[in-house]
This record gives sequence, C-alpha cells and structure tokens, in this order.
Amino acid sequence: MDGKIGSIKSYITGPGLQKLIAVGALIVLYIFFSIFGNHFLTGDTFVSILDSSYYIGFLAIGVTFVIITGGIDLSAGTVMVGSALIGGVAYNVWKLPIALCLVVIMVSAVLFGVFNGLLVGKLGLPPFIATLGTQFISLGYCSVIAKVQTQTYPSLTSPDGWFKQVFYKNHGFPMGAIWLIVFFIIAWILLNKTILGRYTYAIGSNEEAVELSGIKSSNWKVAVYIVNGVFCGLAGIIYAATYSSITPQTGNGQEMYAIAACVIGGTSLSGGIGSLSGTILGVFVISVLKTGLLSMGLPVQWQQVLIGVVVLLAVLMDVIRSKKAKKA
Amino acid sequence: MIAPGRNEVKKLGEQASEIILNMQNIDKKFPGVHALKQCKFSLKKGEVHALIGENGAGKSTLVKIMTGIYSEYDGEYTFCGKKVRFQNVKEARQAGISIVHQELNMMNDLTVAQNIFIGRESKGFFCNDKDINAKAEKLIRDFDIQVRPDELLKNLSVGKAQMVEIARAMSFESTKVLVLDEPTAALSEGEAEDLFKKIADLKARGISVVFISHRLGEIMRIADRVTVMRDGEYIDTLDIENCTTDDIIRLMVGREILEEPKQKNNVKPNAPVVLEVKNLRSSKIKNVSFQLKKGEILGFAGLVGAGRTEVMRLICGADRMESGEIIVNGKISKIKHPKDAIKNGIGYLSEDRKRYGLILGLPVGQNMVLPSYDKMSDMGFVNEKKCSSEAGKFIDKLKIKTPGEKQLVKNLSGGNQQKVVISKWLMKNIDIFIFDEPTRGIDVGARAEIYNLMDELAAAGKSIIMVSSDLTEILRMSDRIIVMCEGKVTGELDISNANQNDIMRLATKHEKEGH
Repeated sequence: MDGKIGSIKSYITGPGLQKLIAVGALIVLYIFFSIFGNHFLTGDTFVSILDSSYYIGFLAIGVTFVIITGGIDLSAGTVMVGSALIGGVAYNVWKLPIALCLVVIMVSAVLFGVFNGLLVGKLGLPPFIATLGTQFISLGYCSVIAKVQTQTYPSLTSPDGWFKQVFYKNHGFPMGAIWLIVFFIIAWILLNKTILGRYTYAIGSNEEAVELSGIKSSNWKVAVYIVNGVFCGLAGIIYAATYSSITPQTGNGQEMYAIAACVIGGTSLSGGIGSLSGTILGVFVISVLKTGLLSMGLPVQWQQVLIGVVVLLAVLMDVIRSKKAKKA
Repeated sequence: MIAPGRNEVKKLGEQASEIILNMQNIDKKFPGVHALKQCKFSLKKGEVHALIGENGAGKSTLVKIMTGIYSEYDGEYTFCGKKVRFQNVKEARQAGISIVHQELNMMNDLTVAQNIFIGRESKGFFCNDKDINAKAEKLIRDFDIQVRPDELLKNLSVGKAQMVEIARAMSFESTKVLVLDEPTAALSEGEAEDLFKKIADLKARGISVVFISHRLGEIMRIADRVTVMRDGEYIDTLDIENCTTDDIIRLMVGREILEEPKQKNNVKPNAPVVLEVKNLRSSKIKNVSFQLKKGEILGFAGLVGAGRTEVMRLICGADRMESGEIIVNGKISKIKHPKDAIKNGIGYLSEDRKRYGLILGLPVGQNMVLPSYDKMSDMGFVNEKKCSSEAGKFIDKLKIKTPGEKQLVKNLSGGNQQKVVISKWLMKNIDIFIFDEPTRGIDVGARAEIYNLMDELAAAGKSIIMVSSDLTEILRMSDRIIVMCEGKVTGELDISNANQNDIMRLATKHEKEGH
C-alpha cells in the first residue's frame, strides 16, 4: 500500500508532473478563452480545434518515438507536404487512381524515413544534421518532381472525392479525429507493449548499455525512423484531405509544432523520457491556443509568440526538475 | 645524448636542503570515504620526491590539497615558511605550485603559444599572436623542446604536449614546485628519457618536483626520496639511496589481511577449457593469451591502466581487436559485437555499472529482461506476465533488496544493482561471466554476498574472469591469477603459491626499465 502511494507520489513529482501541468494548462486556456473569446464554447470551434490538430498530431506521434531515442526529426514537416505533393503528381500527371495516390504518399514518406534511419543509425550522423539535410532534400526534390506546380486533389463532390470523406469530414463529422484516435492507440501499443518500444526507451536512456546487452541499437534506430516515416505519410494523407491544394516548397516549420507538442507533453529532448499521451496533450494545447486567440480577434502572429512562451515554460520546468533530481 | 646520471644530479640537489613545503596531520573525508587519515608530506628545495601507492591509496587527494583543488580539509600546510590554505588552483599557482595532470589539460585546436599563455594573452581586449609567439619561442628554446610556437597542439605527440604543459607551468615565474601526476604513463621510452632530462634540468634550477608514478624503476632512477601511502594513510618516507624496490613494494602492500585468502585451486584437474584467448592485440593490448577452465575463477590483477579492461572489452565484443583468436568451447568465434559474445555464452559485467551495465531510468525488471526479450515476447509483443515472473524469480533467488521489479534501478544500492546485472546474464543462460571490478562502490556487507554468489556460480559450473585492482579480493576469490602490466601479461600464479608481494612485483614490471 505504502509502495503504491509512494510510487504515485514519485510519479507526480517526477515524469508525470509535466503531463499534469499540460492538462492544467489546457483547462486554464479553455476557461480563459471561454470567458474572453467570441463563440469559443461552441461545437464549431471544438471541431475546428480538432481540425487543426490532425496532421500536427500524426507528425508529433512519429517524432515522439524519435525524440525518446535521443534523436530529433527536422524533416517531418517537409516530408509530409512533399509526400502529399508527390501524391498529387501521381493523381494529376501520372493519372493514377486516388487510392494508389495515397499509397504513393505513404511510400514516399517511408522512404524518407528509411533515409533518415540509415543516416542516423548506420552512418552515425547526428540526428539534427541528418534530418536537417533531409529537410532541404525533401523540400527541394518533391518540388522538382512536381515541376513547382501546385497540385490539387479532387474536391469533395467529384467521384474521387471519397477519400476526403474517409480522412477529413463525413457530413460534418470529423473523421480525422477517428483516425487520430485509431493511430494513437496503435502507436501507444507499439511504444508500450512491444520490443520496439522497450528498445526505444532503452536506447534513449543509455545506448552503450543497450549495445553491451547484445542488442544492435543501430538497427532499432532505423526501425524507429521508419515508424516516424509512416506517421509522416499518414500526416501527408490527412494534409491532402484537409487542404486539397498543395503548394510546392512549403511544409518547413510544421515539424516545429510537432516538436513543441512533444516537449510540452513532457518528452525530454535528451532521450529516454516521454509519452504519447503527453504528446497528444501538447498538440491540443497548441491547437487551443491557435483557435482561441483567433476567437479573441488577435492576429495570427500572437499565436506564434504564445506557443513560443509555452514551449519555453515547458522546457524550463524540465530543466528545473532534472536539476532537483540531480541534487537529490 | 645520455641523461645525467643519478649521482651528478644528486650533487646539485644537495646544495640546498631546506624544507619549502610541509603538510602535517592532513585529514580529508568525502561522504562515505575517509580519503586521508592524518597524512604528512614534506618537500625539500630542489629535490625530486616520488609519491607511490596502490590505486586508492590517497596520492591524488593529497596532491589535490597541495595544489589548491581541494580547499576543505583538516591539518596544517606550510609553504615557504608561511601557513597556507589555497582556495583554488590559481592561488596555489601564484604562490608557486603548479600541477601537470595525467590527462593533459590542453586545448587541442589552439597553438602551442596560445595554450601556454591562455588566460594571459594580453592586457587589453585584442590579442597579439606575434607577441605570445615570441614569448613562447623563448620559453621553448629555454627548455629545448622541439616544437614551433604556432603549431597546433593536436599535431603534437603526447610526449611533446606534455613538455609544452610543463613549459606552461614553468612560464609562471613564481613556480617553485612542480607536481607531475603519472607523467610517464602515456609516453614512449624515448619520450620518457626526454622527460627525465627535463626533470634533472628543473632540479638544477632549484625547482622541487613531486613525482607520482607506479613505476618503481624510474622512481629508483630519478627520485631523491619516496613517500609511500596506503589506504589513505602515510606509511613512510625513504631515502632512495638507502632502499631497494623490494622495500618499497613491502610498504605498499603490507596491509593487514581482513579476508582469508583462498587456500587452494578448486578447479577439477580434468575440467575442460571453455575459453581460450590467443595473441589478442589492439592499440593498447600486446599479445595477450590465456585459458579459462570450466568452474574456474580466474583473477586478473594489475594496476589501473594495465589493459585488463581493454582485454575484456575485446572478448565481449565492445571493441574490435586488431588480431588474435577467441576460442569458445573449442571453436573459433568471430566476435564483432556484444551480440556475438552473448551468443557464445559470454557476459560482461562492467566496472562502471551505471554507464555500461544498467539503464538507471528503467525498472529492475526491464533491466534484467533487456537481453532476453526474444524469449519474453510473442510476435514482437512483450509478454509482461512472463517478464515479471522471471524477474521476480531472480529477485528472490539473489535476495535483491527492492520493493519490486517495478522499482527504478537507480534507487537501489550498489550491491543490489550488481545483483540486477548478474540476474540479467543468468536469465540469458550465460556460461562465462566477466566481472570487471565486481565490488567497486559496494559496501562491505554486500561485498561478501557478491563473493558468495560468485563462488556459487563457479561451483555450479559457470566460469568466471574477475578483473580486480584490490589484491585482497584477488587472493580471496581466484583459483589462478594472471597479472598484467602495460598491455602485456607479465605473469601467471596459482593461488596456492601466490602472495601480494609477487603480484605487485609483476604488476610493476615495466619492460622499459630493463629489469
């Protein structure tokens, strides 16, 4: 009994703290915007909060895996948009059926994941540098394939528009939310119930000890970047379903929202610590901020300022906590 | 050119024998460790005074107090007739005491001159490389070092870099005492000769040198006096002229033996060889060969830096060998990764458990299961029930003190952490255990438990290699003892005819001294 109370206590003062604070922040923000925003507490606003969470949510889930291994992915945003762009080329230029185009998006994103994985896992490049390179490559190369033409996906009313109903909205019902929940559960099982998940945490905590336990950590890192690629691809599909027209040479900066969501949710950039539930909370904190400030009539730029402040506060809390832990 | 003989140098030193540095009743405690117990040390002007003792004898702590790195201690410290208590290295250096550390404190991407004058580049804000190059040039010529002032430090050999650091210490005009912490450890024979010439030169200028070394031969050659320390205590100071290496060895190891040494080799005479290592080589290892028998505890003795850990890391696949053969149960095994070693039944228990053995932020159970997930999962999904029941079994069997397998491993004591590592390998059905310093950082009570566990493993037919720098531990545990020095095996002893003096002699048997 004592042990249980003790472990709850140590959870709250330890890794759980940041998640609790994220929940608190979410509630406070919600109350704040309900009072000061216009029409914030409506179903429409709630749906638009969900809408702006989808693709960031998928990106953030993938990036969480990478960050827990002690890595980072700066290419997630450009890989997402770039893959959606190539999918658009497949539809408009190669005239493939829309279902195959979605497969093209997935294949493209997974290949970038393999590329990142090989650079980091096999060639030993620092993740920051490797994925920075991939960011530029995906930004440029996907635009080249699209001949720098904006790619348009079929509209909801056209025969090929069914994919929007599946991945975006079905008669006003937010389908993206369903997919996010489904893939959140799959990712959660992957991270918490499988060997891959165990090794993800273990590598982030102490890679040398993992190696000396006879595990080829390089292979597992490749696997983690591939998982990340899968989620970038899913994000790409949702992105295509949401926005219809994909502009070349965009997408950079989106990964920063994903990384920010992870950090707000308590995932440590030094690796070994993190959770998907925290990441999803972080995604919602960002979405609520975006939507809420809009409902207050503040210009978009204020969202960015506030997201920056929230990220800094979140990391500051992590720094203070680990300093305390070191003293104890 | 031949280095000045001892007698020549001595004559110069004897002209002035006033005591310039004196430490009395020095006592220093760290949490849990009494590092220095009422130690004393005195240094004459212009003498070379060697400080010797086993690892953990307290030499480093004493020197750190001497040079201002530690300012909190009990006792009296007088320098040049004045009572002093240096608050930091800078104060000590200004008073005239400089230290050259074993790991050189130099900036590899800066030039020789920039290194020498770091912190004193110029009086203003802008630096003038010409100016410091000229000053460095003078210093270098003065000390007869073959380097250019504008050469990058990373392009120098270890020996030259060390000379530069000595030159830096001497560039402070106030320097009267120079402390050299194991200066020859990384040097080639020729470089060591050069260093001895420099030391003789410093001595001739009236500088006193404190010389920490494990190498008895070089102490006999260049020192005037030697102070022996053991287990944080001052043992004796001898005049080199009136003593032999055997006298020094006797003082170094002459501790009371608390643990009864093992009486006889417990290995059955017909026990098969489970591991044979032939001509193992790497950058630090020179032709190491040995055999390990089933049920044997093979002790690896030697001083820190003798290359024992390096040998073990090669065997367990953590580092790559240059050449050599590892034969497990009669079959040549290619070991390129720890995975291969484990497949051959070899498990390594590192001296640095926290860094290489455990994942501190993960629970006890997950640490134990880490190498065995292939047996503990179905189709990639972890079988939690099986994991916790297996972990629970070993917690009971090895009497690990933890509230449960969910407890984070960092909250366990050192002894219990070691048991977690042992469980990890037992779960993986390891046959050959390599224990590197098995009881480092473990208190006395838990130590006995670990010893019993190792004895039980050996009795159950497992084979053990035990690297230890603690001679009592070596004598308490081993059936056979291999002694290493500078990457080479210098001797092999059966427990029935092994003693501390013999081991220490082999452990300090440096070839370049021509014994």
